[in-house]
Amino acid sequence: MSTVKSDAIPTGSVKQSKYKNTLNEMKRNASAYGMLAPFFFLFAIFTIIPVIMSLPIGFTSFNMVQFPKFVGLSNFYTLILEDDVFLIALKNTLTFAVLTGPISYIACFVIAWLINSLGRTLKTIFTFVFYAPSIASNIFIIWQLMFSGDTYGFVNAWLMQLGIINSPIQWLTDTKYMMGVVILVQLWISLGAGFLAMIAGLQGIDKSQYEAGAIEGIKNRLQEMLYITLPCMGPQLLFAAVMQITASFTAGHVGQMLTGFPSTDYATHTINTHAFDYGFIRYEMGYASAVSFLLFLMMIVANNLIRRVLSKYIDD
Amino acid sequence: MKLIRRKKRISGSLGGDIFIFLVLGFLGIFMIFPFYFSVIQSIKPINELFIFPPKLYAMDPTADNFVELFRAAGNLWVPFSRYVFNSVSVSVIVTVTHVFIGSSAAYALAKIKFPGSKFANSLIVLSLLFTSNVTGIMTYIVMAKMGMIDTYFALVLPFIATPMGLFLMRQFMGQIPESLIEAARIDGAGHFRTCWQIVMPNVKPAWLTMIIFAFQGAWAITAQQFIYKEALKTLPTVVQQITAAGLARAGLGFAGGVVMMIPPLVAFLVAQGNIMETMSHSGIKE
Repeated sequence: MSTVKSDAIPTGSVKQSKYKNTLNEMKRNASAYGMLAPFFFLFAIFTIIPVIMSLPIGFTSFNMVQFPKFVGLSNFYTLILEDDVFLIALKNTLTFAVLTGPISYIACFVIAWLINSLGRTLKTIFTFVFYAPSIASNIFIIWQLMFSGDTYGFVNAWLMQLGIINSPIQWLTDTKYMMGVVILVQLWISLGAGFLAMIAGLQGIDKSQYEAGAIEGIKNRLQEMLYITLPCMGPQLLFAAVMQITASFTAGHVGQMLTGFPSTDYATHTINTHAFDYGFIRYEMGYASAVSFLLFLMMIVANNLIRRVLSKYIDD
Repeated sequence: MKLIRRKKRISGSLGGDIFIFLVLGFLGIFMIFPFYFSVIQSIKPINELFIFPPKLYAMDPTADNFVELFRAAGNLWVPFSRYVFNSVSVSVIVTVTHVFIGSSAAYALAKIKFPGSKFANSLIVLSLLFTSNVTGIMTYIVMAKMGMIDTYFALVLPFIATPMGLFLMRQFMGQIPESLIEAARIDGAGHFRTCWQIVMPNVKPAWLTMIIFAFQGAWAITAQQFIYKEALKTLPTVVQQITAAGLARAGLGFAGGVVMMIPPLVAFLVAQGNIMETMSHSGIKE
C-alpha cells in the first residue's frame, strides 16, 4: 500500500527520504489504518485473495479436476479470432451497456426525484413499489405469462383483441422480438441499489438551499433540479453509475430465465452467459476466466468514461 | 415576485404534484405486479393454480398453502426452529457487523488522507466491477485451508466485508464538510469518536439504506458451497427443499416465497420510513 505518493512534499530528492516521509505519514495516520483494519482484513481474505488467485486462470487450461495448465494467450486468441458466438455475445452485451445502462441510470434519478416531491407517506409507498422487483421472489413467472407465445399470453391476447395482430407472436423464441423483451425486463428490474441511494441522497439535501434558490430566481421544478438538486448529488450519482454499469454489463440472467439457454440463434446471449456456458456447462474454466477478464476490462473503461462525464459533480 | 411557500415546497404547483402522482401510479402498477401476483398465487387453492390463462385474483382464497407449509416444516429431520435460529442469527450478526466495520472503514477512506488511501478507494470500486466464475472456487480453497467448511464461520465471515455498503457510506460521508470534522478534532475527539458521534448522525439515510441492502443480502445467505451439515443450513435452503417437490407443491412454493419475503420487506419499510423522516440539519451539508 506504500506505492501511492503522500501529499506532503518530500524534503529531499533522494528516494530514502521519500520513503521515510511516507513512513512518518503512515505513523501519523495510525488511527486511519485502525479503522480500516477489520473491514479490509475480511475483505482481503474473502474477496481480494480469491480474485487475485483467479486472475491467472485465464491464461491456463483448467477443467477443475486436473491442475491448471499454462497456455499463454491462446484463450484470448481463440476468443477474439475464432469464437463466433463470442462476437454475438459482445454485440448483445454492448447493446445492454448502451441501452439499459444509461436509460436505467436516468430512470433511477428521475423516478427518485419525482418521488421526492411527494408527501412522506406516499414517498415511502412509492419507493417500495418501485423497489419491489428487487424484493419479490419468482419475478420471471409473470413475464413468462405476459409474453407467452400462444394466444393465452397476455400480450398476445390483448393485441389480438385489439385487432393489431392476427396470429400470436413468439415473443420469447422469435429472434426479431427476443432482445426487445429482455431489454424491457432488464430495465424493469434495474431500479435497485442505485435507486435507493438516490432516494437517500435526496433526503440529505438541505432545504434552505431551495429557499435560497427561490430567492435567486428559480421558477420551476426543472430549474430547481438542474441547479440545486443535481449538483448536490455527485457522490450518489457516482455510486449509482457504478451499480448500473455492473448491472448492464453483466446482464444475461434475465435472458437465460425468459428465452432459455441457449437462446434461439444466441439472440440474447451475452458475455456473462458465455462465461456461464464455458464455466459451468463445459467446465472449461480457463476459457471462461478469459471471457470474464475481457468483461472486467470493458467495465473499467465504462467506469472511467462515466467518471469523466460526472467530473463536474464529483471532486475525487 | 412569487411568495415562498415555506410549508411544503418552494417551486412547483399542486397540479404538478397530481401529475407526478398519476405518472408514478401508472408506472407503479407494472412494478408492483409480480409482488401482487405472488401473494395472490399463494392464497389460491390447488385447482385454481393451474387454470390457464391464470386469473389475477383468487376466486376462493384459502390459507391452505401456508398451513401445509408449516405442517411440512414441522415434520423435518432437524427441527424447523433450528433453521429459523440459523437464519435470524446470521442475518443479525452480518448486518450489524457490516454496518459497524463498514462505516468505520468508510470514514477513514472518505475523510482521512493517508498513504494508500487512493489505492484502497480504487480497490473497492474495482472489486465491485469484477465478476468471474472462478472466484467461487478460489474462495472455497481459501476457506478449506482455514478449516471453515461446515462451521458457523462460513455462514457469516465471507458476507460481512462486502464492498457495496462501504462504497455507499464512503460516498455519503464525503459530503460532510471538512470544517465539521476539524471542529470535532479540535475539541479533542479522535477519528473513531468523530465518526460515530459527529458523522454518523449526519448520514442517517445512508446507513439506513446500508441496513436494507445488508439485511436483504444476509437473509438470502445459503452458503451452499461451504455448508453440508443439515443443522447449519439456513431458511432459504430448507424452504427450497420443502417446495421443490414439483407441481403437487406449487402452492407451497408460492407460500414459501411469500413467507421468505416478509423479513426483508419489514426491514425495508421500517428503514425507509425512518429515512423519509430525516430532516437535514441546516448548514451541515456544503
